[in-house]
Amino acid sequence: MENYKIPDNIAVSLDGFLFVPSTGESFTLNEIGKKVLESLKEGKSANEIVEILTQEFDVDTHTAEKDVNDFITQLKAFRLVEEI
Amino acid sequence: MKVGITGLNNIDSPGPGVPVIRGIKDSGQFDGKIVGLIYDALEPGAFMPDVADSSYLIPYPSGGLDPFLERLEYINSVEKIDVIIPTLDAELFAFTKLAPKLAEIGIKTFLPSSEQITIRGKDQLFAFCENAGITAPKNILATSIHDLYAMPSELKYPVVIKGIFYDAYIANNLDEAAASFTKISSKWGLPIIVQEFVSGDEYNVVALGDGTGNTTGAVAMKKLFITDKGKGWAGVTIDEPQLIDISKRIIEKLEWKGGAEFEFIKDAQSGKFYLLEINPRFPAWVYLAVGAGQNLPYAALRLALGEKVENFESYEIGKIFIRYSWDLITDIKKFEEITVKGAIIND
Repeated sequence: MENYKIPDNIAVSLDGFLFVPSTGESFTLNEIGKKVLESLKEGKSANEIVEILTQEFDVDTHTAEKDVNDFITQLKAFRLVEEI
Repeated sequence: MKVGITGLNNIDSPGPGVPVIRGIKDSGQFDGKIVGLIYDALEPGAFMPDVADSSYLIPYPSGGLDPFLERLEYINSVEKIDVIIPTLDAELFAFTKLAPKLAEIGIKTFLPSSEQITIRGKDQLFAFCENAGITAPKNILATSIHDLYAMPSELKYPVVIKGIFYDAYIANNLDEAAASFTKISSKWGLPIIVQEFVSGDEYNVVALGDGTGNTTGAVAMKKLFITDKGKGWAGVTIDEPQLIDISKRIIEKLEWKGGAEFEFIKDAQSGKFYLLEINPRFPAWVYLAVGAGQNLPYAALRLALGEKVENFESYEIGKIFIRYSWDLITDIKKFEEITVKGAIIND
């Protein structure tokens, strides 16, 4: 899995509300989405995020990998993440 | 001090008068009265509390500049107006032309010149942008359907068929283009603008130029909700330095004097901003700029009065406006005043 970076100006509120100051777009994240985004912001790799999810949530590695990939694909489509 | 303001038509496609007045009043430094100048007896701003202290019916400038000026002279004889801030597209040429005469009777204005208004017209904007190095959708001017057949190869379908003043339709082929051409030209006349279609999100900037090329302030906004008339009914201030830079460049090139709105589209493919339109007055959403820290209407008033105004350097990001409608109950007496006497004095 590749590594990704969330642009500095993107912030997520405690409730999972994400506002993109440069485009005015906003999104609502569920608990897991918020966890993934926060982890990406902290510089964690996709593999590390899969590990975090399997530890914190009731999910196996295979499912977590698939979900993280799907989620990152969505983030890419909305230009909320950059590959590094 | 008394300030005359037009555009009190706070309707589904609202004029900018009421938000301009709110800005001026919100400054906390305005110790004067607002005189509403209205074209229709039922312009809501004339009846709204704490908006205009008095309002007067005025004739449409299209009916002739002489009766228009005569009416303004009469209103001035009663009210002694210091500054007039026109806020509507259709009246701007008239006010610009009459500015010297208004000055003679003690009324100041702060408006773009006729030339500046013409350059930003839909039919000339592309040429201006080319000269100024500003990205804009390519276009041609069509004066007959034949021009659509002979459309240059750099323009490919779909294209946008636009009227010289209003209306725009997307045409996917020659048949659709010809139908739109006929529809628009019968309503708004010629030429018709055939414009490259750029797909993406729309962004707007409200700005104030001081007439020397300097930008006094500029705030960028993304519309969050658009009505079926294409009007922004909610919007949020955004942090997009490119939009502010382009807007400043336009103001510098044109030495723009007064309020303006710049409309952009961000190409979904390239991420590039294309300038779609320059509106030569504040937009109806100008109060968002006030709420975000740039009181552009009050700054415009101060510039009209000849005061030195410091530039606004920043604004709050993530401020939202949400427009709403509200039924105002008033007495028939008020309506009688405006229809019979042509004036309404609020308590």
